[in-house]
Amino acid sequence: MKFTLSWLKDHLDTDASVDEIAEALTDLGLEVEEVVNPAAKLAAFTLAKVVHAEKHPDADKLRVCKVLTNEGEKVIVCGAPNAREGITVVLAKPGDYVPGIDTTLGVGKIRGIESHGMMCSERELELSDEHNGIIELPSGEVGDKFIDWLAENRPEAVDPVIEIAITPNRPDALGVRGVARDLAARGIGRLKPLEVEAVPGGFDCPISVQIDPTLKEKGCPHFTGRLIRGVKNGPSPAWLQARLMAIGLRPISALVDITNYFTYDLNRPLHVFDAAKVAGNLRIVPAKGGAELLALDGKTYTLAPGQMVICDDNEPESLAGIMGGELSGATEDTTDVFLESAYWDPITIAATGRALKINSDARYRFERGVDPAFTLPGLELATQMVLDLCGGEASNVVSDGAPLDTTRAYKLDPARVISLVGMEIPEATQRETLTALGFTLNGDMATPPSWRPDVLGEADLVEEVARIASLTKLEGKPMARETSGVPDAILTPLQVRERTVRRTIAALGYNECVTYSFIDAKSATLFGGGAEATRLENPISSEMTHLRPDLLPGLLQAAARNQARGFADLALFEVGPAFTGGEPGDQVLQAAGLLVGASAPRDPWGSRRPVDVYEAKADVEAVLSAIGAPARAQINRKVAGWFHPGRSGNIALGPNVMASFGEVHPKVLRDMGVKGPAVAFTLHIAAVPFPKVKTPTRAALKLSDLQAVERDFAFVVDANVEAITAVNAAYGADKALIETVSVFDQFTGAKAEEQMGAGKKSIALSVRMQPRDKTLTDAEIEAVAQKVIDKVTKATGGTQRK
Amino acid sequence: MTALDVLKTKYLEGIEAASDEASLEELRLAALGKKGEISLKMRELGKMTPEERQTTGAALNRLKDEIDAALRAKKEALADAALEARLQSEWLDVTLPGRPRRQGTIHPVSQVMDEVTAIFADMGFAVAEGPQVESDWYNFDALNIAPEHPARQEHDTFFMARDAADPRPPHVLRTHTSPVQIRAMQERGAPVRVIAPGRVYRMDMDQTHAPMFHQVEGMAIGKDISMANLKWVLEEFCKTFFEVPSVELRFRASHFPFTEPSAEVDIRCSWEGGQLKIGEGNSWMEILGSGMMQPKVLAAGGIDPTEWQGFAFGMGIDRLAMLKYGIPDLRAFFESDLRWLKHYGFAALDLPTVFGGLSK
Repeated sequence: MKFTLSWLKDHLDTDASVDEIAEALTDLGLEVEEVVNPAAKLAAFTLAKVVHAEKHPDADKLRVCKVLTNEGEKVIVCGAPNAREGITVVLAKPGDYVPGIDTTLGVGKIRGIESHGMMCSERELELSDEHNGIIELPSGEVGDKFIDWLAENRPEAVDPVIEIAITPNRPDALGVRGVARDLAARGIGRLKPLEVEAVPGGFDCPISVQIDPTLKEKGCPHFTGRLIRGVKNGPSPAWLQARLMAIGLRPISALVDITNYFTYDLNRPLHVFDAAKVAGNLRIVPAKGGAELLALDGKTYTLAPGQMVICDDNEPESLAGIMGGELSGATEDTTDVFLESAYWDPITIAATGRALKINSDARYRFERGVDPAFTLPGLELATQMVLDLCGGEASNVVSDGAPLDTTRAYKLDPARVISLVGMEIPEATQRETLTALGFTLNGDMATPPSWRPDVLGEADLVEEVARIASLTKLEGKPMARETSGVPDAILTPLQVRERTVRRTIAALGYNECVTYSFIDAKSATLFGGGAEATRLENPISSEMTHLRPDLLPGLLQAAARNQARGFADLALFEVGPAFTGGEPGDQVLQAAGLLVGASAPRDPWGSRRPVDVYEAKADVEAVLSAIGAPARAQINRKVAGWFHPGRSGNIALGPNVMASFGEVHPKVLRDMGVKGPAVAFTLHIAAVPFPKVKTPTRAALKLSDLQAVERDFAFVVDANVEAITAVNAAYGADKALIETVSVFDQFTGAKAEEQMGAGKKSIALSVRMQPRDKTLTDAEIEAVAQKVIDKVTKATGGTQRK
Repeated sequence: MTALDVLKTKYLEGIEAASDEASLEELRLAALGKKGEISLKMRELGKMTPEERQTTGAALNRLKDEIDAALRAKKEALADAALEARLQSEWLDVTLPGRPRRQGTIHPVSQVMDEVTAIFADMGFAVAEGPQVESDWYNFDALNIAPEHPARQEHDTFFMARDAADPRPPHVLRTHTSPVQIRAMQERGAPVRVIAPGRVYRMDMDQTHAPMFHQVEGMAIGKDISMANLKWVLEEFCKTFFEVPSVELRFRASHFPFTEPSAEVDIRCSWEGGQLKIGEGNSWMEILGSGMMQPKVLAAGGIDPTEWQGFAFGMGIDRLAMLKYGIPDLRAFFESDLRWLKHYGFAALDLPTVFGGLSK
């Protein structure tokens, strides 16, 4: 919403400066986006008089002028044909910035003669495109400031333009008068009265209007209009053109300019029909569907059934409340004009406007809500303006429907206002504020004015009082905690765990990423997603069509982008939501880590080796340990399809999979453009059981003074036997005595098979026995060792390697 | 010179001249061994008169101790020299790199979420959460945004696909963290103080917008909580978050459907030389939207608006991170460029706390 200062002063009697006004507007909730003050760039220029002019000795088209300025007589070389003795000019001195040529003047030598300034044209001062000669002023004294001369003689040229942002609740501020009312309520001047006098009709209107009964309730409760015959529709007067141009509108013709003026001045959009092009009478009806209308924007719209239009006897003539029709629009030749002022229902206008994708000033205002009580007054005022500017004779008013009754009242509770805002605003001030904004107070009940459709409850009264009182003045007041003393923990166990997971993974050397929650359909499908329920109806790109079923595809895409930049070795992770469906709550918290390339840079120590599955496993086990997962979980191979089937596993408690790890499936790497090797883990953070009883107490530490015994064993087993089978079997040999069993070596491959037979490998276990009550005898140790050998060979089908 | 003096000179000079442990051992045996010269002399003491025995015995003992001490001292000196020689040969190039260790980082969004949580926790706010796929009721209706409300169009909402046979309106990707207000009220009742950080989504992508970003919602409901309390809470937050001695906030009237009165909040700052400084200067920068909770919103959360009142606010976490840490581009947050992650990331153990300070 744009307006000029002088326009505002049509409605507001004020001496406030443009800065004061701008500051108040922003504070009132009418946020100033820009103030363009044309005077600012013209402030330096002064009036001067040419006292002598003669041809430049060395140039036919240049004149050497003696110019009287407030700093004495100066010599200025000038190329303008009208530079001559006796004229009053606008002077730019050396050091002044001339906006139209984007130059700061200096003293220059022109064909050998020093020139001490410049006499400006309108274009050089960005006043107009005029550049045939320098400005000649009909009045003014040497030394006068040019902006003062303009303010007196051409005020529109120095009229500041103010642009404000209007929040959707304030349709009344879409008219200059509404803005003025807010400022007056704040105390920035006085709102001038708006006199509305009915224009008497000289004859009956030959065009009747009728609202379809189905629309009277909602679409168009009230429609008024009248014919004005014998008008002359030329260009509108200069002051009106200047105002429209100042706010970025193109003057068209007096009739059209009047409708635009009312739109911005009083938030009262109007429409003018060329009566000669209207066949018969006007009816406001729901479109039957399929009809076409060429609108004023030059586009043809096909109407859907039910969209509200104004029809004459033959066809739709206007998209009611949104845009008029081209064929019945007013032109320079119009002599009889039908002027329309109607109240259109906001929801109906919004729906049609959205459907037809038309953004017009009229739609913008009607869908936010114009003043329903101002339909007829607006028509009367506009009639008068048409008569004033275009002449003619007005008919009687025709109308259908009636102004919407918006009467309602809410209780003003001054104490509650103070309690909510936290500011001492006296009751009298509260009442004055509401009255100034047009509310009617009856005891403690406040009736909002007809132009404030947004006021729908007591809370709105609080808001009005608070914003006029100025929230800028609000002072902070301490708010004590609800409890005294040391506060309880505020994070839930899952929230604590999420943080532990994140920082543990970072501590393991991974870089945290935050990737988008949506990915492309192909990647979603690769990772078990892509279901219709997880599809976005209106994705922003084809790369972001589906909710991610897993965090790994996002990390793999990130890896591919980094590889393209030349970074081959990566350790990336993310902690965040993955989506199992499209319903609220179909969301699980995951942590995923991805290692790509080598685990270390090249160095003299040979640290560099390709990342492998055991690295991913160690990392995810470290994270599981950090969040207190049970130390002895099972490993199974029922992994998701995006892992290498032979080189991956789940860490599970029965059917509850806490984490997966492994090499990423080569096919997935190929599809996602990642150069391997790549290993990954996924942790299902909430799947790790929380302790049933939360206690800080640790189990008692049991230490034995007796010497522990370690024995090593080697077994020859089939190559596909899993180490964990041997480990678990060894533990089973003596549950009381055996403290730990660890795999300390394995021997596989061709050399191993050469020694031990085809399809065989060797694994070596270290078994630690911790006696509890007495030192073990050799015989006892031997007995346990034999049991270990028996159990392991039985479980693995292997033999002890001698 | 007595015989003992001769012996002493002989052995001490011998020890001094010894060049290795073997010659030292030889000297020890020659002097102090079973058949050593000193030991033999000791044996002769028995043949002496008691007076002679006393003087000679004492002198012999002194000599023995002296030679023994000299032997030990020389032995240690030889060992030191040998070690020194070995160490000389064990030189390594310590300018070579250490064994590599990966250095992980925490994303600025996570770090700032932790900072925000630490500050609000100190003021008694818990952390609430809610789903990112939301029903339109939670995202809009419950927040006093009716279906035809212009704000609903301005939200650039992502809609989920909806099966034609399903009569419900389509779900949305939450456009703000405000629906968590409703869920927190429903779950916790009043009084209540929560913040709700998390991902939000808008259909917008250009230089300064990403289709996903992060917000933190705040809400406090009590019997007499006022907008002045809101201002204080935000002042305390900004001062602590930006780690400056004081801040100045300016409330500007505005409009949000879910708060009334509503205010946009600006913070005093300066932009000298392109460097943002919070708490000084002559510029104002908008940092968040806030207000007193609309009675309809309280009612939607199951809280009686005639009995309770409260405030709510929402601000951008990514934006807070950009302002505090001087990160220029929002979209880079989600591109996972390793160079960016390392440059703007935080160390794993940089856990922000109020007692230890938020940043290093």
